Order: sequence, then structure tokens, then C-alpha cells
Amino acid sequence: MTAEAAVFWAFAIVTVGSAAVVVLSRTLIYSAFALLFTFFGVAGLYVLLGADFLAATQLLVYVGGILVLLLFGVMLTHRIYDLDLHSELGTPWDWLAPGSVAVGLFVILSFAAVKTQWMSVPRTPAPTTAEIGRLFLGQFLLPFEAASVLLLVALIGAAMIVRRRRDA
Amino acid sequence: MIGLQHYLVLAAALFSLGILGLLTRRNAVNVLMSIELILNAANVNLVAFSRYATGNMGGQLFGVFVIVVAAAEVAVALAIVLTLYRLRRTPNLDEANILKG
Repeated sequence: MTAEAAVFWAFAIVTVGSAAVVVLSRTLIYSAFALLFTFFGVAGLYVLLGADFLAATQLLVYVGGILVLLLFGVMLTHRIYDLDLHSELGTPWDWLAPGSVAVGLFVILSFAAVKTQWMSVPRTPAPTTAEIGRLFLGQFLLPFEAASVLLLVALIGAAMIVRRRRDA
Repeated sequence: MIGLQHYLVLAAALFSLGILGLLTRRNAVNVLMSIELILNAANVNLVAFSRYATGNMGGQLFGVFVIVVAAAEVAVALAIVLTLYRLRRTPNLDEANILKG
């Protein structure tokens, strides 16, 4: 086994294992912390794929932003002694339909991924930050500006929605 | 030898776990976590194609946009969840039936 394969399998086990904990854990706060490890695992896979800028963005935005926001959501919508999810599916029979949908999806997607003859033009790994900056301010300027407007709209919208109205 | 297929199968596993979470969870914050899993699966696919199949940076740029949209989505969605909790004292999605006539 080469070093690359060893690192890939290590990150793959961390990612999928903690994603399973996110989905199956009965305690909301455990799900949130397992999600942290999933994001770290995906960032490691990005590094392995030669996407250094995207890996750093993943850590900054997902771990630093989205996960902290989700933890605030957990804490603001639960009384502290009430973190156990009593309301979730109980008997194994309840898991039959969702479980078979998920397993079926996984089998179909993996079958398609393995059986298809993919185009193969490998990109030699190189630092990507300068190239991404050049593309964003050149060829992809319009989507870049649209993304910044989207972020502004989401910022104002989120503040408007949670605002306590005096007249209501 | 690790190739494109390994990453695609890994992303398929992440995606299926996200779908399983969407179908089984009632808590709104947990559903948001499942959506993040699905977005991450899509991103792994994009970056893997950028590395092995297309030979250019398009997939990585698209991945940056996916992260931007995920950040905007989770901010607005949590605002809605907090407002719902303030109105109904519950984070469960199936009790959010205020719009029903």
C-alpha cells in the first residue's frame, strides 16, 4: 500500500464514520461534534486531491463558521437537560423505508461510479490560490459578484427574520 | 492506486448518509446537518473530477461557490428555526404546521 492510499483510507474512514455518527446519534450535541470530524476529514481529502485553497476555505467557513452557527442553533433551541432526542424513530421497523432508500441510492451511485468510463485528464497538483484568484477576477467575474450579492442578501434576510418585532 | 472511483464511492456514501438523515430526523438543526453532509459529498465529487477527469480548475471554483451558498443557506435556515422555536417552543419540523389552514 502506497502512502497516498494509506492517507486516503484514513481520511475516508474518519469522514464516513463520523458522518454515520452525525446521522445515527441520538444526542444532538454528539451529532454536532461528529460533524466537526466529518468536515476535517473532507478538508484532508481536498489536500490529497491537490486543492489547497479549497481545504483552507473548508476549515475556515465550515469549521469556523457553519459549525459554530449550528452549535448556537443547538443551544438556543434546547433546554440544557433536554438534549436527548426522544422524538426520533424508535423501533427498527421505522428505519426500514429510509434505510432501504439510502442503501439503494448508495448501491446505484457506486455502481454508476465504478462502471462508467470516465474521461481521464489528470491535473498535476500545483498551488491553486493564485490561479483561483485570477479566474475569479477574470473569466468568472459575474458569478463571483453574484455570490457576493447573495451573501449580502442572506445576511440582511437572516437579521430581518430573527428580529423581535415590537408590534407583533 | 487511488483513483477517481474511490472518491466517487466515498462521496456516494456521504450523500446516502445525508439522505438517511433527512428522512429519519425530525429536529430541524439535525436536518440542516444532513444537508451539509450532502453538500460536502457534492463538493468532493467536484474536486475529484477537477483533479482526475477534466484537468482544469473548474471543479474547484464551483466548490468555492458551493461553500458560499452553504454558508448563506445555513444562516437563513437557522434564523427560520430560531423564529419557529420562539413561536412554537419546538425545534421539530413536523410540528411546524402554522401555515396549514
